[in-house]
Amino acid sequence: MILDLLKAFLVGGAICIVGQLLIDYTKLTPARILVAFVVAGVVLGAVGLYEPLVQWAGAGATVPLTGFGYLLAQGVQEAVAKSGFFGAFTGGLSASAAGIAAAIFFGFLIALIFKSGDKN
Amino acid sequence: MKISATQYDQMAKQASPKSKSYKNVPAAFFVGGFICMLGELLRQLYIQWGCGKPEASAWVSITFIAITALLTGLNVFDNIAKFAGAGTIVPITGFANSVAAPALEFKTEGMVLGLGAKMFIIAGPVIVYGTLASIVYGIVLWIIGLF
Repeated sequence: MILDLLKAFLVGGAICIVGQLLIDYTKLTPARILVAFVVAGVVLGAVGLYEPLVQWAGAGATVPLTGFGYLLAQGVQEAVAKSGFFGAFTGGLSASAAGIAAAIFFGFLIALIFKSGDKN
Repeated sequence: MKISATQYDQMAKQASPKSKSYKNVPAAFFVGGFICMLGELLRQLYIQWGCGKPEASAWVSITFIAITALLTGLNVFDNIAKFAGAGTIVPITGFANSVAAPALEFKTEGMVLGLGAKMFIIAGPVIVYGTLASIVYGIVLWIIGLF
């Protein structure tokens, strides 16, 4: 258990270092970094490199946005195996539906409840 | 005064603040690592409560999204993010904040073209390019499967 937590900490932290280096040493904006991480996750998932990382580090690999991309790739993989060509269109969004729907739901809820604060 | 593009580039470089990587990188590592460790703790907890493994990971994401939205509403998230940089941007918290923050900010521009549209100003491209990449991968898989 403790070891699992440590693995998640190390891998998750390492992935964030990559993001920080991109922010500090390139002109990529955070929005572009988010896009890059998700697409990188899809590619790494597709070539089979991300799965071992998920097995080893658990949330350390699934919580960063590369994990979101991995989820898309994995969803497509399962959907194509199950329903062929049709699965190429349904797999990604079905697998990531929980995250997207939760972001919409809680984002909307918070916008209703709170007032926009001053940026200081 | 007239300046060339390269001169301008140099001036811009001098004027822009130096990134303090020696501070930023450890901050990103520790905050990002801590978030993921918390995620692993939650994941194991959810599995103990009887969730299947994929569901447990999805519940971890939903939990982080809810907490991030709340912290964004309370105006706390920005302060953490200022310190943590990529430590909060790269985990799912960054995605959640990129939805909640503009939703809150652009509410004044209306429920449809304000809140409804602007909440996807960053999450939109993330979903677009992520989905596109997954479709390409799916088509490739399908073609491979034909042979």
